[in-house]
Amino acid sequence: MRTLGSVAAVGGAAGLLVLLAWAPNTTPAPHRAAGATISGKIKLTGKPAASVNPEIDMSEESKCAAQYKSTPHEQIVMANPNGTLGNVFVYVKSGLPAGAKYPTPTTPVTIDQQGCLYHPRVFGIMVNQPLAIKNSDGLLHNIKAMAKKNRPFNISQPTNMTTDRSFSVEEVMLPFECNVHGWMHAFAGVLPHPFFSVSGADGSFSISGLPAGTYTIEAWHEKYGTQTATVTVAATGTKTQDFTFTAK
Amino acid sequence: MNWWLPPQASNFAPRIDGMFTAILIITAIPFFLVEIGVIWFVFKYRGRPGQKGHYTHGNTRLEMIWTAIPAVTMVALGLISNSFWVQIKGRNSVPADAYPVGVHAKQFEWWVTLPGPDGKLGRTVDSLISKANPTGLDTTDADAKDDIVIRNQLHLPAGRPIVAYLTAEDVIHSFYVPEFRVRQDIVPGLHIKAWFVATVPGKYEIGCSQLCGLGHYKMRAQVTVHTQADFDAWAKEHAPQPQAGGE
Amino acid sequence: MTTVAASPHTGHAHHDDRSFVSKYIFSTDHKIIGIQFLFLSLFFLLVGGILAMQIRWQLGFPGKPMPGGGILPQTMAPGGVILPEYYLQLVTMHGTFMVFFAIMLLLVGVYANFIIPLKLGAHDMAFPRINMASFWSAFVSGILMLSSLFVADGAPRAGWTMYVPLSARHDYSGVGFGQELWSISIIFFGLSSVLGSLNYITTVINNRAPGMTWFRMPLSVWALFITAVLGLLAVPVLAGAAIMLLFEQVLGTHFFDPSAGGQVLLWQHLFWFFGHPEVYILILPAMGLVSELIANGSRKPIFGYHSMVFAIVGIAFLSWIVWGHHMFVSGMNPTLGSSFMVTTLLIAVPTAIKVFNWLSTMWRGNLRFHTPMLHAIGFVTMFTIGGLSGIFMAATPLDMFIHDTYFIVAHIHYVLFGGSLFAIFGSIVFWFPKMFGRMMNEAWGKVHFWLTFIFFNTTFFPMHMIGMAGHMRRLYDPTIYEFLRPVQPLNVFISVNAFLLFAVQIIFFVNFWWSLFKGEKASQNPWEDNGLEWTLPNPAPHGNWETPPTVYRGPYEFSAPGVTEDYLPQNRKLPTDREPALSPAGH
Repeated sequence: MRTLGSVAAVGGAAGLLVLLAWAPNTTPAPHRAAGATISGKIKLTGKPAASVNPEIDMSEESKCAAQYKSTPHEQIVMANPNGTLGNVFVYVKSGLPAGAKYPTPTTPVTIDQQGCLYHPRVFGIMVNQPLAIKNSDGLLHNIKAMAKKNRPFNISQPTNMTTDRSFSVEEVMLPFECNVHGWMHAFAGVLPHPFFSVSGADGSFSISGLPAGTYTIEAWHEKYGTQTATVTVAATGTKTQDFTFTAK
Repeated sequence: MNWWLPPQASNFAPRIDGMFTAILIITAIPFFLVEIGVIWFVFKYRGRPGQKGHYTHGNTRLEMIWTAIPAVTMVALGLISNSFWVQIKGRNSVPADAYPVGVHAKQFEWWVTLPGPDGKLGRTVDSLISKANPTGLDTTDADAKDDIVIRNQLHLPAGRPIVAYLTAEDVIHSFYVPEFRVRQDIVPGLHIKAWFVATVPGKYEIGCSQLCGLGHYKMRAQVTVHTQADFDAWAKEHAPQPQAGGE
Repeated sequence: MTTVAASPHTGHAHHDDRSFVSKYIFSTDHKIIGIQFLFLSLFFLLVGGILAMQIRWQLGFPGKPMPGGGILPQTMAPGGVILPEYYLQLVTMHGTFMVFFAIMLLLVGVYANFIIPLKLGAHDMAFPRINMASFWSAFVSGILMLSSLFVADGAPRAGWTMYVPLSARHDYSGVGFGQELWSISIIFFGLSSVLGSLNYITTVINNRAPGMTWFRMPLSVWALFITAVLGLLAVPVLAGAAIMLLFEQVLGTHFFDPSAGGQVLLWQHLFWFFGHPEVYILILPAMGLVSELIANGSRKPIFGYHSMVFAIVGIAFLSWIVWGHHMFVSGMNPTLGSSFMVTTLLIAVPTAIKVFNWLSTMWRGNLRFHTPMLHAIGFVTMFTIGGLSGIFMAATPLDMFIHDTYFIVAHIHYVLFGGSLFAIFGSIVFWFPKMFGRMMNEAWGKVHFWLTFIFFNTTFFPMHMIGMAGHMRRLYDPTIYEFLRPVQPLNVFISVNAFLLFAVQIIFFVNFWWSLFKGEKASQNPWEDNGLEWTLPNPAPHGNWETPPTVYRGPYEFSAPGVTEDYLPQNRKLPTDREPALSPAGH
């Protein structure tokens, strides 16, 4: 009996090892669960002039104007109180293994027109991932995707509704505008991989799940342009990479 | 519901409405002649078996009369209308002291420029048009410094000639205020003037009157005609602030 | 006093051993081609009507889900609610299908083909194979135009007038390949029109029977002949403009791009230089057909036949020099506004002459109110309204207010529906026996006429009013404007009546289809008409006459003295008639 138990335990362990050794060859590595992370802060030196974020005259769109207690501004430069810059799109420009394919998420990225502004202003989306364009304002918005590499589109949403679109080709960055409300702008980074991040109110970004390797990371800002950095990561762990833009 | 033309609020409106009424009367004559004639003939000459129609091929003299009368009427109408047309759109029709306003149309917004205290519109340059500068105002031009640029609102002083400088950025639009009876297409590549006098203070609307795309139906601007005193006060309140740093 | 003699030699010109395909599909027989055009154009009339119903739904009930709208794609009408992109396709394609594929094909494609050789005493058109090519080009054109509704981003959205720059750039309009399909379709349509015109003109000049002098030709043939000249000269201009537009979209040319030396207004000049003769193409044949129906219904000669001919020629001549009245506020040189005003006012004169002459034809007639005559009278009464409203627009300062309003839409529909379409309905009933050997049901024909007449007026007359209030065209949602909210109840009224008007057309369609198979068999000359076509059996045989008939008189010798009947066919020889020396063309 004890001999049988020992044989079973060893056999089971051996079998488990074989299984573990064999498994990675047949199922793709879940890219978010493991892998390295590149993170950091987007710093902003200097203070931008007030005029970089112009006032929006919403007086002729009363339904939207009513949602603001003070005059809204077009947030071209999101200068955070802690000296960082928000709405910077950070992504892996090159360095991923050649021929690597990443599964397309089925959950959509949502862009919402609310208070006659696009939320979010800057976002990333994967190739062929659905984009849900939502109109929470219930008044006419005209969404134009001014794509150069993808098929551009020019559609209207006269009421509360959601329209689905997607992009089939990598394009950084793809601008959106509303022709009814000329101050409305948004930017999409369309990538064939999930390694991107947008800096928020604290100016930080984080790209995780990267396989070991050397990567070119680019930080894009709609006004201050782009900056790149080269980062090497091991199979796991975090590497910090900051970017600094100068306020103009 | 008002079953007639909209209220009159410009110097042209009374004469245009007068033309409408005159033509209505002129056309009412043949209208009643023909329609009543048809109904009368339908009853009087309805077919009876064994009868025939009156065999005639025409009456040249009668035909000459009913050719001459419409011809003379139409020529007269043309000549009378033409003097009015020249007054509205003629080469020298814009009064020299007309108050200039810039109306720049783009899908699907109206960008209005008011000339400010100097009464002159600053130069605009197409290549300067940007998100921050929707009319392409050339800020190096001295006349441009006091210009008021405003979205979807046209403010005008009543009782004096206005000349609107109409430009379009992308497709054809059309400047139209029903109560003014003024309509002028705005064409990319052309600089077109439209002049009028807004005679009645009040609120009106600009409706884009040439199909310009998906948002055409919502390309609307609010027109406010002020008394001169109220207009001056409004303009002072909305004068552009001097720029502190930046561009 | 002699009675009607036996008809001249008829029957097959030769032994007819053609296959089914060459008899009915790829036929060179002008009558079959005319019937093919009839089925094609009635289909497009239905399509245009369905599009109109959706337009009226949106205008009457903006933003509400349309009954049955669930079948439309989500990109155009999610949940059945029409989006602006779909609405603009509807207005564009309604105009396009109705103008080109319904009215033009019904008047010219059907009646030029069907009645010109018959009324001239000819075997067929001068160029039967070219005639067949003309039908199939129109067929291809129609398929291409229809397909634009089904491609990604749908059909064009710039209005049937396709003004640039909106139509020239995908990023302005949001339209994709559908815009290119429009241009290609128009090119095929232009080809069809030119091939047809060549035939009609040549046949009228060359193939008239002996004794058929120019001034013995029926007015329908005169009208179709002059229309063919207009088409030959005007339609290629449209095709050329369509090619330029296609190049602008596809090859990156700059004909219309002011930033690269082009001119935006060039499109409008080209389009309307075609467009104004085009609208006379849409009315002159109807006027010609109405002359036939009124003379027949009045049992009287047409009053002032020669003036009627000169009026047709005058209208056609003037139609070339009025196009600028579509462009009074376009930004073109205002001096042109003066000159075009004068010519436009003048074109009212020959038009008025015709109305007075029709009225005078009815005067002291012995009126028969058969369905074709009812429609002809409807034409005269409704076209009068449409023509008179044109005078308002011809006066340039007033047009400044009326342009791009529903006053124009009312005018368009009074002349095209109240005018052309009534003439078409009457003509379909009148020549139905000639085409199919059966009669359409007369009682239902009258019911259809009266209901159509009533609902036509209740639908389109109020459009004058909302136009006077300043209601612009092609608006997806008029209630955006405060000044239009008071007249929105009229929009609802118009829409409801439009739905009723459309529903009533079911009577016509059922009558038409039922009569094709079960209609009362027709006698040879059921309307007791003078035209040469009525000397043939119903339906007329291939080749029409074995030997062409000889013509002794004009076409409207109704109630002539010295004859018992109140009609006198053109080819019936009376003892007092002399033989013509030669056929007019010298054969």
